[in-house]
Amino acid sequence: MASRRVDRIADPWGTRTPVGPGEDWPQRVDEYLVPGAQPERWIQTASVLHSNGDAYDVAVQGGKLVGVRGRGGDRVNRGRLGPKDLFGWQANASPDRLTRPLLRQGDSLEPVGWNEAMDAIVERSRALLSEHGPGSLGFYTTGQLFLEEYYTLAVIARAGIGTNHLDGNTRLCTATAGEALKESFGCDGQPASYSDVSHADTLALFGHNIAETQPVLWMRMLDRLDGPEPPRLIVVDPRRTVPAQRADVHLPVKPGTNVALMNALLNELIAAGQVDEDYVAGHAVGFDELAEGVRGCTAEWAAEICGVDAGLIREAARLIGTAERLLCSVLQGFYQSHQATASACQVNNLVILRGMLGRPGCGVLQMNGQPTAQNTRETGANGDLPGFRNFANEAHVEDLARVWNVDPLQIPHYGPPTHAMEMLRFIELGTLPFFWVSGTNPLVSLPEAARIRSVLGSDQTFLVVQDLFLTETAELADVVLPAATWAEKTGTFTNADRTVHISDTAIEPPGEARADLDIWLDYAKRMDFRDKDDEPLVHWHDPESAFEAFKACVAGRPCDYSGITYDRLRGGSGIQWGGERLYEDGRFWAAPDECETYGRDLLTGAQLEPAEYQALNPDGKAVLKGAEYVPPHEQPGDDYPLRLNTGRTLFHFHTRTKTGRAPQLQSAAPEVWVELCPADAERLGIGEGDVAEVASARGSLEARVRVSGTREGMAFLPFHYGWWDRADGRSRAANELTVTAWDPVSKQPLLKAGAARVTKVANAGGESAPAPTNTASAPIQGHVTATRGGREAEVAEELP
Amino acid sequence: MKLDVAIREVRDAETEVAQELNALGERHKADHDVFHVTQTLQRLVRDNLEALAPRAERHDVPVDMDDAPEQHRQGLVDKARGRTSELLGRRPETGLLLLRDLRKLHLLYAEASIDWVLLGQGAQAAKDQELLHVVSRCHPRTLRGMKWTVTRLKEAAPQALTS
Repeated sequence: MASRRVDRIADPWGTRTPVGPGEDWPQRVDEYLVPGAQPERWIQTASVLHSNGDAYDVAVQGGKLVGVRGRGGDRVNRGRLGPKDLFGWQANASPDRLTRPLLRQGDSLEPVGWNEAMDAIVERSRALLSEHGPGSLGFYTTGQLFLEEYYTLAVIARAGIGTNHLDGNTRLCTATAGEALKESFGCDGQPASYSDVSHADTLALFGHNIAETQPVLWMRMLDRLDGPEPPRLIVVDPRRTVPAQRADVHLPVKPGTNVALMNALLNELIAAGQVDEDYVAGHAVGFDELAEGVRGCTAEWAAEICGVDAGLIREAARLIGTAERLLCSVLQGFYQSHQATASACQVNNLVILRGMLGRPGCGVLQMNGQPTAQNTRETGANGDLPGFRNFANEAHVEDLARVWNVDPLQIPHYGPPTHAMEMLRFIELGTLPFFWVSGTNPLVSLPEAARIRSVLGSDQTFLVVQDLFLTETAELADVVLPAATWAEKTGTFTNADRTVHISDTAIEPPGEARADLDIWLDYAKRMDFRDKDDEPLVHWHDPESAFEAFKACVAGRPCDYSGITYDRLRGGSGIQWGGERLYEDGRFWAAPDECETYGRDLLTGAQLEPAEYQALNPDGKAVLKGAEYVPPHEQPGDDYPLRLNTGRTLFHFHTRTKTGRAPQLQSAAPEVWVELCPADAERLGIGEGDVAEVASARGSLEARVRVSGTREGMAFLPFHYGWWDRADGRSRAANELTVTAWDPVSKQPLLKAGAARVTKVANAGGESAPAPTNTASAPIQGHVTATRGGREAEVAEELP
Repeated sequence: MKLDVAIREVRDAETEVAQELNALGERHKADHDVFHVTQTLQRLVRDNLEALAPRAERHDVPVDMDDAPEQHRQGLVDKARGRTSELLGRRPETGLLLLRDLRKLHLLYAEASIDWVLLGQGAQAAKDQELLHVVSRCHPRTLRGMKWTVTRLKEAAPQALTS
């Protein structure tokens, strides 16, 4: 045993423990305690500031959190923690937490008791239900609550009220992952497992800056890359990310051209005879159409569109085509781009064509952005039905009605559940007069911020906001409910590789704040929702009974939680539903009577009819679904010559409501910046640290310029920065610039699309951009002080 | 031979679809997905007309691509429509107008679809392999557009009809 102290802001991924193929990943237990802390208790939990599901314990002393320690025995992280795990917990103790409910009185929000606040909500709900019906109430939740809370909300919305308007902000992060899995495999469910990193001989990251979004999974990859027989690495990303610097092939494609690249890769594989013909014949439909569709998509054709060298495309295809154990992962570079589902499905097609499913080291990880996004998909809080049921299949709806003991007609299933952007449209039109937002900050996170402000700021809608802080969105609310957060409540959640963790209550919430579950149980009681036998519809009363109710709802479904109990989750490792990897037997949940969707046209989003699906896929095989490349709607031109790309950084999460209140994280990336490549910067007469205006047809903001290794013709903006911590209240949200548009299939907003211009406003004055130097935003010119955390960021790493 | 009659019907029906896509997208700009998908569908119609043009010319049926605009035209009429769209963008009746317009588009698509069927029958009888090939490539694109109208109508109807 050796112990080291490491500045984990300066060195975010910590000390290497190199490992060869097929070997167990060694433990490395990371621990951070505030100076002088003497923990009285350690309470089990897992990450809520990204989707990786790192398991750890929080240290408690005197009723307060004082630190964290990774769980060495957990399958996900083997004790390792990322910077947000290590430091993000401090936000719980922020002095500006909401402690009392607030009710709007004219222009101000006044503190009231819970009774008064809930009465106001219930009174409005009842009045609208009787006057306008269930379609007048909508719910918009998050990807950061617990499974028990989502399930309760889903039952309230779908069966209690009977509204079709329930979605999560997971629409922004994981909607395309779920949709692409459904289109290709008939049903949601992550095929591969993180442990496949230990076995793969080829890793391919598609629009996935894994070093910053899932740092612990990147540590696992780094340990393979630094060990014997390292895997080959392919990275598709317009920025020079940390993984891109380690890649054998880096394809910095122009934003908005992913489908062209994918079609060329597929064409190369087929032309080179590298298709696993037995696998495809036995387990997939649609090969002929796919092959016909990509014929002519040569490397040269794609090179022209994507702005990368044709030789690099061919080399990437060769690595994929000769891999014996190929693991692909996909994230926002594909999901938040134009043709999102179409491009994500082409990654699925790669692994199907190569027969890379259901074996160690093989498969695809369609990743999530948020910690509990997976549970919104399983519980139906994201715009699906619970348990991956198909809303267009009468038998599935009847089965759900049986579980809930309600009339099938009470559960809206006349169309796909209303997605977030459509709910905003209904509010704009005045047909959705009640909107309950929980745990999310749409004013900063949704595209075209000026439009969102004007829609949510109008008095046409009664706005309820349930959150930890008075966010930008909460300031517009009619009722604000103070919520307890992670570590102040108990529940479970599931990461992007189907690993379920429990998170126990460690400390009391501040003031009168309540767990989201308790708020919704209270609402259900006050609304007196009943089932067919006049019994309470929501018949559970605490986290564990809610978990058991959910288990009953998904028993026999693909995401079957039978056998997973609170007791089994406590103490050891997280537990995966569905086993280590799905589809080991080459069978899918894709038969017409099993599938979660009959599929959509990837170009237009048109739904297939049941009979069409029956004809296409009678035996329930994987579906090879192709798509032609079409250019983005908004192209750079004279006024706005650059492509706009918005994204994230390692040190922040979402709209910074937590990470902006953790000193080590905040000082690592304190302010918004904009990235340009050296050639564009020179052309514009801009250098490192200069202040620039970044503008699109929608809006603008000011930011210092970081001259980085991003591709030419593109401006990158981090999306985390709103205006809650700006003295002048001026917005610096990247979404001031983004366009209101979404993928026609997954309805995921296109946050990485559109055109922008960058104009110099002022000289640097000796300052550099406030961007991290050890991530994709690393500077490549000028003298820039390296990102460091110092003593405050020192973490103990216990090595084998 | 009266294949030219069937070709003319297809040409006219597809052109009408293109024009309605243009008008509808412009009228419902505030329904952003409608605006964007109608642009995508216009591209499909142009593909159809381009594929048809060489065969049509053999039968002395001219195909003028200018009748099927690729981008939303910035003419006066459309600017007026754009303004209407902004004005209507925040009123509940807009939901009903969207239903009406999508329904009209659906019927135009249906007309174009059946015209492709008729042309296909004619091409078979005339043993015109090349024309048959055009029909088999183009008709699915028309059906794609028609299916989108059904999906979008189904999505829009519940709120428009109950709010």
